[in-house]
Amino acid sequence: MASEAHAADKAAEHAAEGGSLVFHPMDQFIVKPLFGDGAVGMFTITNSTLWMGLAVLAIIGLLVLSTSKRAIVPGRMQSIAELAYGFIYKMVEDICGKDGVKYFPYVMTLFMFIVTANFLGLLPKSFTTTSHFAVTMVLALAVFLTVTILGFVKNGAGFLSLFWVSSAPLALRPILAIIELISYFVRPVSHSIRLAGNVMAGHAVIKVFAGFAAIAAISPVSVLAITAMYGLEVLVAFIQAYVFTILTCVYLKDALHPHH
Amino acid sequence: MATETTGAVSTCVDSHGSAIGMPQLCFDWFPNQIFWLVITLVVVFLVLSRVALPRIAAILAERQGTITNDLAAAEDLKAKALAAEEAYTKALAEARAEAQRIAGEARAEIQAELNDAIAKADAEIAAKAAESEKAIAEIRAGALESIEAVAKDTAGELVNVLGGQADDATVAGAVEARMKG
Repeated sequence: MASEAHAADKAAEHAAEGGSLVFHPMDQFIVKPLFGDGAVGMFTITNSTLWMGLAVLAIIGLLVLSTSKRAIVPGRMQSIAELAYGFIYKMVEDICGKDGVKYFPYVMTLFMFIVTANFLGLLPKSFTTTSHFAVTMVLALAVFLTVTILGFVKNGAGFLSLFWVSSAPLALRPILAIIELISYFVRPVSHSIRLAGNVMAGHAVIKVFAGFAAIAAISPVSVLAITAMYGLEVLVAFIQAYVFTILTCVYLKDALHPHH
Repeated sequence: MATETTGAVSTCVDSHGSAIGMPQLCFDWFPNQIFWLVITLVVVFLVLSRVALPRIAAILAERQGTITNDLAAAEDLKAKALAAEEAYTKALAEARAEAQRIAGEARAEIQAELNDAIAKADAEIAAKAAESEKAIAEIRAGALESIEAVAKDTAGELVNVLGGQADDATVAGAVEARMKG
């Protein structure tokens, strides 16, 4: 009831503004409880929870249900599952080497979650979980911590040679070490903001174009722009998942083979 | 704004339900998002590592195995086909040689028979020729004798007619002398 009153209130206000343009491009990112109107606590089931759950279901449908026939000659869905598997497997193998293959399920988890969340976020009225820094930061920090811990477990103090560029002149090495150290700690930040920023920006731009559609004269342009933007966003949804995954692989390689 | 008393208003959402600043930076929502994200990731990881990935790996391995087997079978069949072709070519060559040998033999046999027949015919012809020559010689001898007899008779008769007394011996001697001349 409250939300209805709320909407009416909003509509009234818009009417009062006399049809002038109203943009709320960021409203789509608001986290709200799915049931009721209460505050968002830690365990509250929110729209974010719903779309994460849908992502899990989509992954299960794509990778588990589609392969249930175990066909030697794959069907369409099974082909997609096999393609995804082969794509990430080859990426891990190429970048991290043979000994990196045992981290393949970890990398695959990240890739599948990001790519499905990105694509689900492109559905109208959906909530894009990967547009939030809280989400991408956890993903990036997970990678950062994994790489750091793995690096020290695998190589001991030898992992520090990652910061000691032995191919550079000796005089430059301490300076390079500082730069390398800083860039190492910036990694999770850039890693997470790149993904959330791209996804958020695209969605916000689409919303802005949608706002322009309120003016009849420019609405065709607006619709075209939304269409074009949407096409770009489809590309970005995949590319950002790809970039996140490939960077994860590169960081993992640093942990496994820290010597330049 | 009296309607906005239900708690939807927070530090991140204004009284109209619109975002204040970036919702991405609303720290009130972080625990919720992080909690559910961790649950999601754990579920996805378990599903992938327990079910999906081993299954897809098995499917791919099985397919690779099938392809390898099929290729091996194809290779096998190809080798068999080649062997069969080789055997066929060999049999063909053998048959051709055999045919040539048989033809040669037949030719030699026929030649031998022909030679025999020719020799036989030659011998027969020679025998016939000799016989004929003999017959001719006999006839010729017969003819000379007859001529002699006729000459003697004629000479005797002539002598008689001319009124002489023909002595057979003298006449014969004269005729013989004449005929030798």
